[in-house]
Amino acid sequence: MINTNDILQTIRMIDHQHLDVRTITMGINLLDCCDPDPHAACRKIYDKITASADKLVKTGEDIETEFGIPIVNKRISVTPMALAAGASRTSDYVPFAAAMDRAAKAVGVNFIGGFSALVHKGMTGADKKLIAAIPEALAVTDVVCSSVNVGSTKAGINMDAVRLMGETIKACAERTADKGGFGCAKLVVFCNAVEDNPFMAGAFHGVGEAERVINVGVSGPGVVHHALQAVKGQPFDVVAETIKKTAFQVTRMGQLVAREASARLGVPFGIVDLSLAPTPAIGDSVARILEEMGLEVCGAHGTTAALALLNDAVKKGGVMASSSVGGLSGAFIPVSEDEGMIAAAQSGALTLDKLEAMTCVCSVGLDMIAVPGDTSAATLSAIIADEAAIGMVNQKTTAVRLIPAPGKRVGDVVEFGGLLGSAPVMPCHTGGAGEFVARGGRIPAPLHSLKN
Amino acid sequence: MRAIVTVIGRDQVGIIAAVCALLSEKNVNVLDISQTVLQEYFTMIMLVDASQATVPFARLREDLAQAGKERGLDIRVQREDIFDAMHRI
Repeated sequence: MINTNDILQTIRMIDHQHLDVRTITMGINLLDCCDPDPHAACRKIYDKITASADKLVKTGEDIETEFGIPIVNKRISVTPMALAAGASRTSDYVPFAAAMDRAAKAVGVNFIGGFSALVHKGMTGADKKLIAAIPEALAVTDVVCSSVNVGSTKAGINMDAVRLMGETIKACAERTADKGGFGCAKLVVFCNAVEDNPFMAGAFHGVGEAERVINVGVSGPGVVHHALQAVKGQPFDVVAETIKKTAFQVTRMGQLVAREASARLGVPFGIVDLSLAPTPAIGDSVARILEEMGLEVCGAHGTTAALALLNDAVKKGGVMASSSVGGLSGAFIPVSEDEGMIAAAQSGALTLDKLEAMTCVCSVGLDMIAVPGDTSAATLSAIIADEAAIGMVNQKTTAVRLIPAPGKRVGDVVEFGGLLGSAPVMPCHTGGAGEFVARGGRIPAPLHSLKN
Repeated sequence: MRAIVTVIGRDQVGIIAAVCALLSEKNVNVLDISQTVLQEYFTMIMLVDASQATVPFARLREDLAQAGKERGLDIRVQREDIFDAMHRI
């Protein structure tokens, strides 16, 4: 029989250290739902999603019961909607989002991602229509998430799209002003977006994917934090080893759940995403892991190095535990969703500039950050351009999910509730970037993209 | 299907008897038991075979949790695979 201490360790991880599977996400191809008649296309989309995912939530719950491991979210990602909707004779793409919303609610999932466009090199007519529909689509739906890829290492940065996305984020905030600009929490602007990400709001089912696929996102900041408490004061080699071992255990659990879900649903297993995804709960924070390494507060000098070590060790530990690793795989630093980040931002220790530096060494980017409501669209675009440049040059995924909270000023707090938490409004630089953003065109791909 | 039953709580008379009676009632076979008492804190771990159980797994889980609640104990049942995955290469 398995060692008693090992069994009790697993139980403690689940009960006290917030060990969970963060999401089982089913990817569904919608390319076969194209139709010149938009009503017919929406009907096909609804039918395909509900037929594909009708057992997803029940299967997730069954696995949860049998293994005694919480599976927090069951989600769906679909083909970028600009591709599926492009064939329809309409200029209004909001009904496509509404069809996604209805289908997601019918099968009982928490979120559905893929109201998306990939415009890193240029925009098609469908891409433009989709981006124009985003503010309304996110206001009239509840569980639809949207993402737009504006740059890549191979293609450079589409600055016309960057300008458009600054304006779109602003419009999104205004359209959902009664909810603190909540629409923006469901919209991600990417550079180097991945096709198999199970996490929201940036999940979509890439065109290189199969008909249907099961991707699983694991979590466990609390478990890593607890493990590090046992090696206080020891050298970084020990810290890295401890994180690797913990990440291995967490990922093995995720791999088991992914295989089981895939077998029961008869849908191929895609990837396990080895991400440390925090929640606003006490003891489930990435910031507190960095502080456990010896920093007085997250955001102090040393934070970037600490995060670099964490991000790398999580991957090294996890990669052997899963047959297929993908998605974003790294540490997430969403400010509003991390209790330690919220505290650090409120005390002024954690700034936008420090977060930008941190995004150079961890997965994703400036995530769930509230900025003053009077921040201009050009400034938002400039922040997106900075972040996309980091992703493009470093050949990694970066994302921007900013909330210019209507009517809010620095020091105010925007409450979103649930896993999205509460966001302290953080200051941006006041120097304008209007002329820079207005140039448009494309920032060329870096020299090291020419690998062939 | 093999599963691990864990019982954690304050030591008292008849814990093993009660849990075994409940398992036997549902035709769940006990394969191995280990238990320790540390400062009146009782921990029992049982390896069981639930493949011939007369009730669905979810029901077994609820009944064990309920029986635990009545005695102030934390009783749970989880498939063995989760521990194998996390602690064995």
